[in-house]
Amino acid sequence: MNTLTGYLRQAGTALRFLVVATVVLGLAYPVAVFGVGQLIAPYQANGSIIRDGTGAPAASALLAQAAADANGVQDPRWFHARPSAVLWDPASSSASNLGPNEPKLLDAVTARRAAVAAAESVGEDKVPADAVTASGSGLDPDISPEYARLQVARVAAAHGLGAEAVGSMVEKHTTGGLLAFLGQPSVNVTALNLAVAAAPQPSQPAQPK
Amino acid sequence: MTFNTASFVIQVAALVLVLAALHKPLGIYLAHVFEGTTHSRPERLFYRLAGIDPGADQRWSVYLRSVLAFSVVSILVVFGLQRVQGLLPGAGSLTGVDPWVAMNTAISFVTNTNWQTYVPEATVGIFVQMSLLAVQNFLSAAVGIVVAVALIRGIVRTRTERLGNFWTDLTRTSFRVLLPLAFVGAVVLVLGGVVQNFWSADVANQAAGISQVIPGGPVASQEAIKVLGTNGGGYFNANSAHPFENPNAVISLFQVFLILLIPSALPYAYGRMVGDRKQGFTVAAVMGTLWLASTTLTGWAVAGAQGTATAAAGGLGEGFEQRFGAAPSAIFAASTTLTSTGAVNVAHDSLPPLAGGAAMVNMMLGEVAPGGTGSGLYGMLILSIIAVFIAGLMVGRTPEYLGKRVGPQEMKLAAMYILVTPTQVLTLAGITVLLPEIMANAPATGPHQFSEVLYAFTSGANNNGSAFGGITSSGPYLSVMLGLAMLLGRFLPIALVLALAGSLARQGKIPASAGTVPTHGALFGSLLLGVTVILTALSYFPALALGPLAEGLLK
Repeated sequence: MNTLTGYLRQAGTALRFLVVATVVLGLAYPVAVFGVGQLIAPYQANGSIIRDGTGAPAASALLAQAAADANGVQDPRWFHARPSAVLWDPASSSASNLGPNEPKLLDAVTARRAAVAAAESVGEDKVPADAVTASGSGLDPDISPEYARLQVARVAAAHGLGAEAVGSMVEKHTTGGLLAFLGQPSVNVTALNLAVAAAPQPSQPAQPK
Repeated sequence: MTFNTASFVIQVAALVLVLAALHKPLGIYLAHVFEGTTHSRPERLFYRLAGIDPGADQRWSVYLRSVLAFSVVSILVVFGLQRVQGLLPGAGSLTGVDPWVAMNTAISFVTNTNWQTYVPEATVGIFVQMSLLAVQNFLSAAVGIVVAVALIRGIVRTRTERLGNFWTDLTRTSFRVLLPLAFVGAVVLVLGGVVQNFWSADVANQAAGISQVIPGGPVASQEAIKVLGTNGGGYFNANSAHPFENPNAVISLFQVFLILLIPSALPYAYGRMVGDRKQGFTVAAVMGTLWLASTTLTGWAVAGAQGTATAAAGGLGEGFEQRFGAAPSAIFAASTTLTSTGAVNVAHDSLPPLAGGAAMVNMMLGEVAPGGTGSGLYGMLILSIIAVFIAGLMVGRTPEYLGKRVGPQEMKLAAMYILVTPTQVLTLAGITVLLPEIMANAPATGPHQFSEVLYAFTSGANNNGSAFGGITSSGPYLSVMLGLAMLLGRFLPIALVLALAGSLARQGKIPASAGTVPTHGALFGSLLLGVTVILTALSYFPALALGPLAEGLLK
């Protein structure tokens, strides 16, 4: 009996503790971080939204934005993001969670390699690993500089831009410095595609050289 | 993706340097908080509102009863409110959470595990995330710390039944330690690009004809305590691989720093509280050595890039994020499993077999290098007691630890502590592999299928929370079995630690003699290291051989 009342008293204390703690830790704290965030870093706190030439919100610089059909085949006019287990849907996020020896993954990688080689008109041995592997989040906005360079000719032709001009856009959107040293050099495809879209389009497609 | 060794070495060195620099100041602060006798004005108000007598000194059994009462009430509240989510603010179109999932999630967050059988984006709204789950991130971390503090008091105090007051300890740890550190951490995360708002945004790329709804939410505030409290439950399904949780390689390193911060400073507080700083340094050195060894091993295994699919891809990539690459992913994977965190910035299921195996071994060590907030320290202190016992056997003397006799009662408690977790992991994983219909939830082929199951129960019973994500654990069987693993894996060890604390506190102090085995210095440190590794190997080697070792060595 003594133990039972002891437990009940403890449970009452526990409930009161939880309620009061929730007010501080579950309401005041996140709201305070929200306030500080909106004050000192509203761009980051609101999802790093970047705008197009007209000033309208066009994308989050942190999330992949792929023009793709329902099967995940990406539009040849644009730089392609890495394969995604969730087809780049920002309402979800996931990796494939397939093991490194999984036959299913082996098949997927082989098929992607052939598809990328065909899309870029290069040999299969020229396709880098990030182009044929699904990212951890499914929303990875970045690709390797090698994969970006592989796509320059296709995108430049589709937009009637010079390969050199597009190549320098790739350079501009490649991370360097500390971020690249701690992580690895990466090209932000989301921002790069917006830059391509905003580039002045020549009236005639560029002559092949 | 290639493994950048220079980057790996520099990041590991930077972590060691910064944590070493903060070891003493943070350790002093922590000891000051735990030994405090005064109450601030907000704390007095808090005690009045919660109905707590902050001065009441509890016996070990009452301290334990408070831990259990608080945890049971928390589980019921988190479970119940998830079930009626539709009635709560911020739920949007979401309705009540499935009962098995809600049960598993409630246990998961209260036990500091943060195993996520739910897909957050599709299951839980802002209120559940912010006011239920993130609150448990604070409180479950604090519970781990206060249990470690009670054990230290048991070692320090003599001829008493009293170990302090759970509620006071919990309040101080939450509000004087975790809250301020989390706030600073959250602000840094926002500056680095982590989202913190309460709305989503519509965006449209007109040229390419794409519209998206960019998700929002109080992510940074949850992210900070997720890593600082070694919890690990992500705001998004992809956890710290999601760009909104972990936007770049600098933030990724910062998250690893936050994961290690409190567990690595607690040994200093311990040394200070027992009045012998060398004790704390020895524990910290053993933790640091294990961390360094395991992180290096994980890095080596990741760099090996084994696997047929990996080879076909031309290297690592599956499950990795481009902005991180191999080295930061290896560092994160090691630290998240050497503590009770379980956040991931790379899909562990897709790691090379031996790297996935290293993650499992890290958890199987009992998460003591440096371990979860509090649980790492009490785990290491139990191992120290086992180590003095073994040393005592060798020299033929009754073992003692910091002036307390390690008699049959103390040894029984310590031995049970060492045994309960492996027993659960191996029994529950063993039962599960015998059930073909359940094994269908782990869709991998070959030894990797067993690895998915072994990883799940290792993670659950050690309150880690990371997963080989291929496994689907939302059905009744795995929800219940993993729920059981998390509950028993948390509270049986805590009960044993508090019982041990009570038993040590009752004793008087024996003066050290010529025959006393010193529990500091390189000799004892090596012994402790050896005991930790050998106990793990004895318990788990056969299971590891069937899973990651078979996959990694037989190819």
